[in-house]
Amino acid sequence: MNQSAIEVTNLSVTFPGRGTDPIEAVKNVSFSLTPGRALGIVGESGSGKSVTARSLLGLTGGTVTADKLKILGTDARNLTDKRWRQIRGKQVSMIQQDALSSLDPLRPIHREIADSLSGSRKYRKRQAIAALEQMDMPDPVLRAEQRSPQLSGGMRQRALIAQALIANPAVVIADEATTALDTRLTRMVLDQLAELTQQNIALAVISHDLAQIAHVADDIIVMRHGQIVEAGPTHDILSDPSHAYTQQLLDAVPSGVPRFVPLTKAAKRSTRKTNREPISDTRVSTDDTAIEVTGLSKTFGAHTAVDDVSLNIPKGATLGLVGESGSGKTTIARMILGLTPPDTGSVKIFGQHFAPAKEVDRRALRGYLGAIYQDPLASFDPRYSVSQILVNAISRGTTTRSRQYRQRAIELLDMVELDNTLLGRHPSELSGGQRQRLAIARALAPNPEVLILDEPVSALDVSVQATVLDLLDQLQVDTGTSYLFITHDLGVVEHMSDTVAVITKGNVVETGPAEQVINRPQHPYSQELVEAAPRWSP
Amino acid sequence: MQLLGWLGRRVGAAAILLWLVATAIFIAIRLIPGDPAEAIMGGPGSQASAEALEAAREQYHLNDPMLVQYGLYLVQLVTGDLGTSYTQHRPVVDVMAEALPATLRLTLVSLLVAWGIAFIMASIAARSNRIGQATGTVIEVVAAAVPHFWLGAMLIIIFSTWLGWLPAVDTGTTIGMILPAITLAIPLSGFLAQIMRDSLVTAMNSPFALAARARGASKGQVFLRHGFRHAALPALNLTGWAVATSMSGAVVVEEVFARPGLGRSLLGAVLSRDMPMVTGIALFSALIYMVVMLLVEAIEALINPAASRGEHQ
Amino acid sequence: MSRTAKVFGLVFVSLIVVAAFFPGVLAPNNPLAVDPAEAFQTPSLDHPFGTDESGRDVYTRVIHGTADSLTIGISATALGMGIAILLAVVAAFGPRWIDATVLRLLEVLYAIPALLLALLIIAFTGPGTTPAIIAVGLSTAPGYARLIRTQLWTLVNSEMFDAATVLGHSQWQKVRNHLIPNTLSTLLALITLGIGQAVIWASALSFLGLGTPPPAPEWGAMLAHGRTYLHFAWWMTVFPGVAIVIIAAGATLLGRSVTRSSA
Repeated sequence: MNQSAIEVTNLSVTFPGRGTDPIEAVKNVSFSLTPGRALGIVGESGSGKSVTARSLLGLTGGTVTADKLKILGTDARNLTDKRWRQIRGKQVSMIQQDALSSLDPLRPIHREIADSLSGSRKYRKRQAIAALEQMDMPDPVLRAEQRSPQLSGGMRQRALIAQALIANPAVVIADEATTALDTRLTRMVLDQLAELTQQNIALAVISHDLAQIAHVADDIIVMRHGQIVEAGPTHDILSDPSHAYTQQLLDAVPSGVPRFVPLTKAAKRSTRKTNREPISDTRVSTDDTAIEVTGLSKTFGAHTAVDDVSLNIPKGATLGLVGESGSGKTTIARMILGLTPPDTGSVKIFGQHFAPAKEVDRRALRGYLGAIYQDPLASFDPRYSVSQILVNAISRGTTTRSRQYRQRAIELLDMVELDNTLLGRHPSELSGGQRQRLAIARALAPNPEVLILDEPVSALDVSVQATVLDLLDQLQVDTGTSYLFITHDLGVVEHMSDTVAVITKGNVVETGPAEQVINRPQHPYSQELVEAAPRWSP
Repeated sequence: MQLLGWLGRRVGAAAILLWLVATAIFIAIRLIPGDPAEAIMGGPGSQASAEALEAAREQYHLNDPMLVQYGLYLVQLVTGDLGTSYTQHRPVVDVMAEALPATLRLTLVSLLVAWGIAFIMASIAARSNRIGQATGTVIEVVAAAVPHFWLGAMLIIIFSTWLGWLPAVDTGTTIGMILPAITLAIPLSGFLAQIMRDSLVTAMNSPFALAARARGASKGQVFLRHGFRHAALPALNLTGWAVATSMSGAVVVEEVFARPGLGRSLLGAVLSRDMPMVTGIALFSALIYMVVMLLVEAIEALINPAASRGEHQ
Repeated sequence: MSRTAKVFGLVFVSLIVVAAFFPGVLAPNNPLAVDPAEAFQTPSLDHPFGTDESGRDVYTRVIHGTADSLTIGISATALGMGIAILLAVVAAFGPRWIDATVLRLLEVLYAIPALLLALLIIAFTGPGTTPAIIAVGLSTAPGYARLIRTQLWTLVNSEMFDAATVLGHSQWQKVRNHLIPNTLSTLLALITLGIGQAVIWASALSFLGLGTPPPAPEWGAMLAHGRTYLHFAWWMTVFPGVAIVIIAAGATLLGRSVTRSSA
């Protein structure tokens, strides 16, 4: 085996807390990075994985202690900032999440890329263009002069990787570098990261997504609450996890899990995946249509967002609408909800005309529809407590405090498995999962027949996502509500949908039973999408 | 080509705006009660004869129908003729040309001083701890709350009466301009510093600042390469407003320091109802505002070409 | 907001209220009482802020001036804010062409410096307290209107509004439940900030001899007055100015804390 590039033993990072007690973000973590190998660090938000990564750059902002912290042979425990600066970018570099905000929108990207080089301005620019060329950036000379908002998501991602590699570092850390990216872009970045190990770089890949980590990493450490709960070769961890938390994370990955098989261990069920009982699918199958969308089109200026789209949401079942960002899926949701008037086409709810129409004329039909958004907090009035949000919805906007609706509010919280002690709380005090449950509870207030869910779980951690998905399944069985489930995540749509529609550039290119579209896609675009989705098999 | 088109559209929009301002002023002035002929003859105290008043009306086209007057007024404006001052009996353009350089110099210098002070205040406050930040806020707010005329008086008391370092009355020398410029600059710097600090703090805490640090940049380098640009952008955006405010302030400051200039001319014109003067100065301020806005947009386009042309991908 | 800041804010507001409504509590003497024998006294225990050329007590005049200056500031802000709200509501909810017209109008008004606009209005009305109020009110309205329109527009197009639409709430319910309450805190902050600035502008007009005429104890008028004696009776200028700074800065800090605590 090669000499380790980085050796860490018993690393702890503490931050000054609000009170007197310091907060220990990372506790006694040990690992090593080896040239030519990739280490995956898996964990959910608050697990300390990013702080761990930043301690390799001396950028935690907290107090770092360790028995051993060796970076390319240098003891990095008590380095001055000046010494750290010689390491950063040149020996250890980082690729951050969110390429848009990781590149300064006011500087040309060639300057962002070549900052860590020394030499004349001209030389640095040449190097930056060469680095972009290596990343297969189209038109590198032109693009080098532009700023990040002028680039597409894929170009930005390429620029960000070029930025990390330009000074030939021995160690590269990718911190959630693929989070919130579209399927094909994720695949591109993962492939490029995998290639780094070929160049004998020591790679650390940090993610909350096991499927993506599995694609790149040779070894995995699983972190929770600042500690390592399990470590080992990727194959071993995935096929035979020894820690319950690792198992929980594995179970939570929806791709490949059949419909109605829970992703979390429900209260009384066993933890082993093989023993997971599916929720009994007692839905009565009908041929009825809940929502019929015919020939919807929408143009914004010169940009055609939606082009002649027709969809059927079957009664009591789920239609999954999958597409990448900018494909027009949110515009479709807004047109179905009557929030954006369509240019052409119509929406019918249970045979009754719904859009386009005047708001006054269709208000009576509003009770049939509910909506869930990606960011629930933005859809709540910032001044309302949980109880006020629910009462306002139950009373159809007439009041926020009447006591007569309290019972119903508790009932709704119960349906989404939230405790009624939360009634007095403010949504900003709730966790991401609790907020999304509250949003679901509110949407259920008028007993809707159809829920439109627009990326309802994309902002959630995997295990929280799993609980919300399970809840949605349970609700569908219990109440017979129909779902339009909109997402960019192929794994989620596969697990949640009865039928799937694939959308790109405003056009629905393929519709069919979920199993068929995912396993035997017909249209070239669907094939490409399915091909790109990172999958793993234990 | 694209740039020319953009410039053309902007200049066109500014011209329309200017025309609207001119029309608004024309209407406003016709609504003012009192006989303009009387004002021409030196106000109600002058006891001008009926013939003299009539002659004045004839000379200034006051007997023509409103639309004709409006047409004449627009034609004059387009040819750069702002009419004749009622009180000074000279072309308004000449009076303004005399008063303008002093005011322009004062406004420009104080704008630069304000930018400088604001930038220093913002960078000190943004890099200090909580108590430093709070102190910074209070200093900024107090600076923004100081009325020009009082600040001017205070500076005169301290630097002129007590210390005897600087003249209390502006004599047109460089030394004479120090106090007026500072007086005009300090309240403005308070406003600018608040805005610059906000965006400075946001920029220094953003992912791209962390990325720069991860590339090996020192805190100072991050500040220069990233923080500075982000702080300058919103402050630049406010320059149009700042120039307009400085013009307002110049009225007061010129009065306090007995400094000749556009502001004092305006004040005198308002007090004596010298409407051609008032119109001229108002239009000119609007013109300056629009020219500044155009310049600002052009500079913004240089700093941030992506946002200004709405280009994505 | 920290505890100390709250205490400070409370003390500040109470002092202002007392000075405005019960000036006699803080300064029992008559602000207009003339005593030529006591003219131009430097600040002392008897006259903490000194006396003016007629022997009037500057401290008494500053305290009693609170009501006048604040009344002008508040009335001007109320006027400006009223017009601004009207314009903003019409722009945000009316048809698109009205929105465009109002925006253009605001741009026109914005292109003229505020004091110049105020001077134009005074040219129309002649000098005095009421004209000063009208002038300051009208010249501050465009700025407010732009801010409020943006706020309304953001709210109307927010996900919160969409969510209420989907739940079947009527236009009026959305306005009552979300729009008004969420705009109110912004308005409150704007009003507090605005009063401070209005006091400054109104006193600037008085200083130029276009606002409240002497011998009323209005701060701007007192400053204009003190200017003649600046070189030997500095106290006549210093203290009314300090009062203006305190009111304006205090109002700004108060407005900022309102924004912070509601955000």
